[in-house]
Amino acid sequence: MIIAILSGFIVASMVPILSKLIKGKGSILLPFLPLGLFAYFISFIPKVSNGIAVDRFYSWVPSFGIDLSFRLDGLSMLFALLITGIGTLVFFYTFSYLKGHPYLDRFYGYLSMFMASMLGLVLSDNIITLFIFWELTSISSFFLIGFNNDDPNSRKSALLALSITGLGGLFLLAGVLLLGTSGGTYSIQDLLSQSEALKSSANYNWIIFLLFIAAFTKSAQFPFHFWLPGAMKAPTPVSTYLHSATMVKAGIYLLARFTPVLGGTPEWNNTLIIVGAVTMTYAAIHALFRLDMKGILAYSTISALGILVFLIGLGTEQALLAAGVFILVHALYKATLFLVTGIVDHETGTRDVSVLSGLRKVMMPVAIAAFLAALSNAGAPPFFGFIGKDLIYEATLYLGDWAYVLTGAAIVTNVCLLFAGLLAGYKPFVGALPTQFEKVHLPHPTMWAPPLILAGLGLLFGLIPSLIEKSIIQPVFTSLVNNETVIHIKLWHGFNIVLGLSLLTLTLGAMLYWKLKPSENLMSKTLRFEVISPKSLVEKFRSLFIGLAQFWTGFFQNGYLRNYVITILGFLTLLLGYRLYQGVNLYIDFASLTDLTIYEVIVVIIMAVSIIFTVFSKSRLVAVASLGVIGYAICLIFLFYSAPDLAMTQFSIDTLTVILFVLVIYNLPKYKTFSSIGVRIRDGVLSIFFGTLIAILTLEVLSEPLNRETSIFYAESAYLLAKGKNVVNVILVDFRGFDTMVEITVLVIAAIGVFSLLKLRLKSIEKE
Amino acid sequence: MKTIIFKTASTYLLPLLVLFSIFILLRGHYLPGGGFVGGLIASIAFVIHSFANGIDQTKSIIKFHPGFLMPIGLAIALVSGAAPLLIGESFMTGLWFEEPLSVIGMVGSALFFDTGVYLVVIGVTLTIIFTISETI
Amino acid sequence: MELLLVMLIGLLYASGIYMMLRRSMVKLIIGLILLGNGANMLIFLLGRIVKGKPPIIDSASKMLTEIYADPVPQALILTAIVISFGLQSFAIILVKRAYKITATDDLDELNTTDEIYE
Repeated sequence: MIIAILSGFIVASMVPILSKLIKGKGSILLPFLPLGLFAYFISFIPKVSNGIAVDRFYSWVPSFGIDLSFRLDGLSMLFALLITGIGTLVFFYTFSYLKGHPYLDRFYGYLSMFMASMLGLVLSDNIITLFIFWELTSISSFFLIGFNNDDPNSRKSALLALSITGLGGLFLLAGVLLLGTSGGTYSIQDLLSQSEALKSSANYNWIIFLLFIAAFTKSAQFPFHFWLPGAMKAPTPVSTYLHSATMVKAGIYLLARFTPVLGGTPEWNNTLIIVGAVTMTYAAIHALFRLDMKGILAYSTISALGILVFLIGLGTEQALLAAGVFILVHALYKATLFLVTGIVDHETGTRDVSVLSGLRKVMMPVAIAAFLAALSNAGAPPFFGFIGKDLIYEATLYLGDWAYVLTGAAIVTNVCLLFAGLLAGYKPFVGALPTQFEKVHLPHPTMWAPPLILAGLGLLFGLIPSLIEKSIIQPVFTSLVNNETVIHIKLWHGFNIVLGLSLLTLTLGAMLYWKLKPSENLMSKTLRFEVISPKSLVEKFRSLFIGLAQFWTGFFQNGYLRNYVITILGFLTLLLGYRLYQGVNLYIDFASLTDLTIYEVIVVIIMAVSIIFTVFSKSRLVAVASLGVIGYAICLIFLFYSAPDLAMTQFSIDTLTVILFVLVIYNLPKYKTFSSIGVRIRDGVLSIFFGTLIAILTLEVLSEPLNRETSIFYAESAYLLAKGKNVVNVILVDFRGFDTMVEITVLVIAAIGVFSLLKLRLKSIEKE
Repeated sequence: MKTIIFKTASTYLLPLLVLFSIFILLRGHYLPGGGFVGGLIASIAFVIHSFANGIDQTKSIIKFHPGFLMPIGLAIALVSGAAPLLIGESFMTGLWFEEPLSVIGMVGSALFFDTGVYLVVIGVTLTIIFTISETI
Repeated sequence: MELLLVMLIGLLYASGIYMMLRRSMVKLIIGLILLGNGANMLIFLLGRIVKGKPPIIDSASKMLTEIYADPVPQALILTAIVISFGLQSFAIILVKRAYKITATDDLDELNTTDEIYE
């Protein structure tokens, strides 16, 4: 199974090597990857439908409890089949849709990577790996949305999607870590048995809050929904695959997966019901006012996702069954509609529903697919969508107090969705064919066959629900409710209130379609509210944030070296000064001080004078000469106080430094006075403060007793262990030889740096 | 600076100072000295010579670019550190010959290491100074 | 003597910082060198200073026993001196190159070099 999951990554990594082949004739081979995977997962159906989950375990980082453990149960199976099945069709579709595109290879690479991440996500049993795959889907989605990377809008949308889903990813990470530590395990299977303990745990509210944010961002729930319409900038296969059928369902998957573990509490249910209900009605109403086919479908997708969240929130067996069925229903018809949209766009060059009409005359198979999908979307019998809608109403009707409100919301949503489906799947194909579209022709079969297949399945499953009842829906249901209940799904329930509601929905939807004609005027009316929409709020916040960051960076990282120095030193001085002010224990033991001789006093005086000269001299030569004097004076101090090695080294280095300065001095700029008196006084005060502070600190350290353990060790073992009598040298070449080794390497690097700075040719810009 | 006295003196100074630097290097383990100081003294010797006679003269004495001393020195230091690995000791374990030599005293891996340091220091210093005086 | 050295260290630090705060590149390097010297002296002093007892074992004995100068700070300073030579030479050459290219000594005019030319 691990090979099945990773195959997408392997293919993606081979894309750069095989790019010629993929751009040429080889591209027809790629769809066979998802097709093979689809067949592979189909082969597990007998096993899984009998309630046996397939486990695969590979140890990865056992010390952290992170393993590559995969588990194929009913829920995973449904998603795996959707991912690979729709994946196959999308891969075929892309073959024609992007034929001859210069970056076709790249596109297939991203798509394979996405497919693999998505498979990993739904099959992971370990929540850490689940998180990793979750992030991978966000990243591949980013690349796919920004695929047309020369379009600034496309880049902007990709960035928006990444920041929203990436934000959710961070919440997910926090959530799974908290979940893992609270439950004591990272395995979903094991967490299942901890369900009760987790629900009563103190962290429970935090865990579900974090998981909710993750799921809502990924599945475009209000108020995080706005990235999804933007994501429609991606090529249509991507919109089909990621943003209607699979990736946006990852959030739903997460909620569904954790329903048996964490669900059933009032916090869990109420939050999901409220968010789901708000999203589904809000987005459904929004869909009414769109003109762009993709825009309509985007909002209707958000709305459908809202329905799913809502159903999971209801949490009853009916509702969970409805959710399981609706995932499949929605994937089938929404993918069809997107693919149809892609064909229409590809062939006519527009997606504006107010312009499109009569296309059935030129592309009949596409029109058939669109009609079928629109009807399934509408929930008309005998389509699969009818079953889905039935189940939803059944779930909402028997809820007691809130049944009316929630059923009402469901009806409003469904009516709007029906309208949206008709707008995208019916309107462009009926009526008279405008003259500008007369030249439009049917595309290659690899483009129109996929939507037709999907739409056909929508009809087939509706007519013969037993095809999938036992094999797919039952295992999904079992993994959602975690008990043995047996389900029955059928098309005809007899005349009852649910049927009445379905008919009501159909009638209202049809009436709405009759009355409401999409137009620019209508759309512009809704734009007025755009100012307070979450999207514009986020964008305002974003620009505010960037502005703040720029101000902050500009203020602190202004590129003036001395400002950095002043900031650092000023802060340090304040901090240390405050500490010293708090209580300093200055104690000088005059008895322990070494004696002064006249020579030493003279050396110190010479040094002090040279320092003054170095600082205040107007001439570079004087400054350098004084610097040399300082060096030699230090050399003498080393000599006085028992450091002959240091004295010798200091002497030679000082000589060489002076030589170096003398060599370059006339090529260095002349001294100039840049700063004003005020600035100089300020700098002077700061320097004096800092110098004083260092002096006081030194005194304080001097009054502390010294730990000589290290030096005693070296002094005692220098000869015994290293056979040397000059302890300093022994430390350098023996005890700490490794440090010296690195040090001479640094010296070599400095020399190479000097050499290359001087010897390498000036670039053209420098010659001017 | 190119006076006759200085020129003549530097011709004699060079071998003397280099010899002195080697002396400093070898005695480093017992008395003040060692690779760093020795290397610096040797470099000063060459720098003085180049001041008196010009870089080209000095270079013709050395015959090769001083930069080559850097990798050689690094290699010697590394090999002397790695040698104990051959007999199963850890990196940079001190190894010693049994018998002391007359002037140098005990000869061991530390001495070779110090020689590496010596060569690197000469290489680095001369590369820097020569490069600067050539390009200016 | 310690008191004098403490004052010297303070002076070296203060002058080093002052020079680093100047806008001239050459002064920056001089400041760097002064600061380096100050740091060396600081380490030296904190290891306590002892007169006339270098950390060298005399030929008769096998280890240092009586009061001797601390070898550890000396080893530290020795490497620091040599390394700072590498640093200084590199800095000097860098300044020279920068001066050649930008024809200015004013550090304030260098803060725009990493802006993108358009």
